[in-house]
Amino acid sequence: MAEPGPVIRTSGVTKVYGGDQLAIHALRGISIVIQRGEYVAIVGASGSGKSTLAHLLGCLDLPTSGRFVLDGVDVQRLDEDQLAQVRNRKIGFVFQSFNLLPQATAAQNVELPLVYAGVRRAERRARALAALAQVGLADRVHHRPSQLSGGQVQRVAVARAVVTDPALILADEPTGNLDSEGSAEVLAVFQRLHAAGRTIVLITHEAEVAQRSTRVLRIRDGLVVEDRRTVRPGAHAARAARALGAPA
Amino acid sequence: MIPAENVRIALQGLTANPLRSGLTILGVLIGVASVIVLVAVGTGSSAAIQARIDGLGTNLLLVTPQPPASVPGAIAAAATLTPADVAGLENRRANPDVARVAPLLACTVTATWRSTSYSPSTCLGTTSAYEQIGNYHIAEGRFLTAQDERSHARVAVIGQTVLAQLFRGQNAIGQSIQLNGATFQVIGVLRTKGTNGVQNQDDVVMAPLTAVEDAVSGYPSSYSRIAVEAASTTRENAAEAEITSTLDTTHHVTSATANFQILNQATLLSASSSTTQTFTTLLAAVAAISLLVGGIGVMNIMLVTVTERTREIGIRKAVGARRRDLLGQFLVEAVLLGAIGGLTGVAAGLVGSHFEIAGVTPVVAPYSVVLAFAVSVAVGCFFGLYPASRAAGMQPIEALRHD
Repeated sequence: MAEPGPVIRTSGVTKVYGGDQLAIHALRGISIVIQRGEYVAIVGASGSGKSTLAHLLGCLDLPTSGRFVLDGVDVQRLDEDQLAQVRNRKIGFVFQSFNLLPQATAAQNVELPLVYAGVRRAERRARALAALAQVGLADRVHHRPSQLSGGQVQRVAVARAVVTDPALILADEPTGNLDSEGSAEVLAVFQRLHAAGRTIVLITHEAEVAQRSTRVLRIRDGLVVEDRRTVRPGAHAARAARALGAPA
Repeated sequence: MIPAENVRIALQGLTANPLRSGLTILGVLIGVASVIVLVAVGTGSSAAIQARIDGLGTNLLLVTPQPPASVPGAIAAAATLTPADVAGLENRRANPDVARVAPLLACTVTATWRSTSYSPSTCLGTTSAYEQIGNYHIAEGRFLTAQDERSHARVAVIGQTVLAQLFRGQNAIGQSIQLNGATFQVIGVLRTKGTNGVQNQDDVVMAPLTAVEDAVSGYPSSYSRIAVEAASTTRENAAEAEITSTLDTTHHVTSATANFQILNQATLLSASSSTTQTFTTLLAAVAAISLLVGGIGVMNIMLVTVTERTREIGIRKAVGARRRDLLGQFLVEAVLLGAIGGLTGVAAGLVGSHFEIAGVTPVVAPYSVVLAFAVSVAVGCFFGLYPASRAAGMQPIEALRHD
């Protein structure tokens, strides 16, 4: 996280699926800047293009045109393996459908990104345990996903997202498959990570979830139609303001 | 990524579905084991033939009477093999590549000892030279000597079958037996020699040629065969040519009207040995096909695995696995299937080769073990390549969407 400048800078990013008459313009020119330490909610109705934007920001896909710089790296120029490396080092994903390996324990799941980063076994284990402790699951290290509640499973996924110490935590509808209790657990974890200075981008269609963020970007028909900084009461707002005021 | 990680992840993948992995390994196992066992059977039958060649006698050539191929206007007759022929062949100057010559006079006899009678399949009148030419060894007593021959001694040497049939375990040396009524004293018992593929070589009685002529066959006799030993294996062809030319002269014939034939049994057996080699190759080819089928099993299961684990592949890609990481993971998995199948197949093949199969004692050929194992690993690698590259080439978003 030592790179200067914003975590995300996009200019005129478009994404077109298909071709000719059948072309679908999912994104029509997105230009956003997200600074270090921000907690941004990207909201929009289904079909607004927010999932497409999530894939581009997560380097799972490349834009059709425009420029995307992630933590100082011009993503457009990278080949497949370099993109994999960016996903590994700079991004931590949290998915709606959890996407944990069902046959692996919580600790093994959290270790997975470190395996591909080439980290040695002992260090991997130590960092995975620390990440699990951070999300409040120190006592669930050897449980498999099927032995955990929805909220716990998603917290394991969050631990996997933070274990590599990434520049960006990208969550795509993280509470979409959870009940209210599980949602509260997961959002509380995001709150703590934000307070600890992490940069979080959260894609959601639930206003309730978006409320917790410090900034809301509303997408409609592939364009940003609203960019609003939220003011919230209490210590969170103060910490958020500090984080905004002094980007790393 | 650290290579050891690949092996660990691959082992996890294999143990996730033990029955399926086990059956795939079984396919390779059967292929490898059948290669080893079938090649061992082939090698074993070659070894058996080689043992027969060795048992025949060193560099043995047999001269037999043979009516010439029909010549227009001529009445063809088989030659009579006479003492003159033997003397001619014993001429070292004319036949430098001939080491020894022994005339053989075969006759049909019934041997009797006390109240027991037995008809051995072979009764030969011969000379002392036949011990070496025919590769006979004495178990007890002595073989015929030149002295026996000169003195027309009524003595006999018997094989193990005759010993068993006639004496039923009692001491035969010094006993008197009747051959067609004439009394012969047993002076030696031959060591067992087994079958030459056509007849039992232990079912034999031998006596001095002169005594057999006197007492059994009568005069004038014509030899049934003349056994000739070439000076060495490499000189067999030269010896054969010399014998032909000597006998052509003594019989006043040419190659077109030759009334004798020279048999080289070693050559005949060599021909059957090369037949066995063809047979071995055929067996190995069949086994190789089953190994190939095992390999296709590996590919099949890997394709199923890759499809089934599309989501896992997506997850791994999303958290930073590169193409080569996934290629490595699935390739190692396929190679492990092949290698485990190969190792267990080698074990099964070695165990299976301890049993007699179709009357052949298998002899494990080391090359077949090394080859079968190497091929099983190569098969895993080759047939794993396509499924692995399919896994590695998946797009992360699409893989993650897969259910």
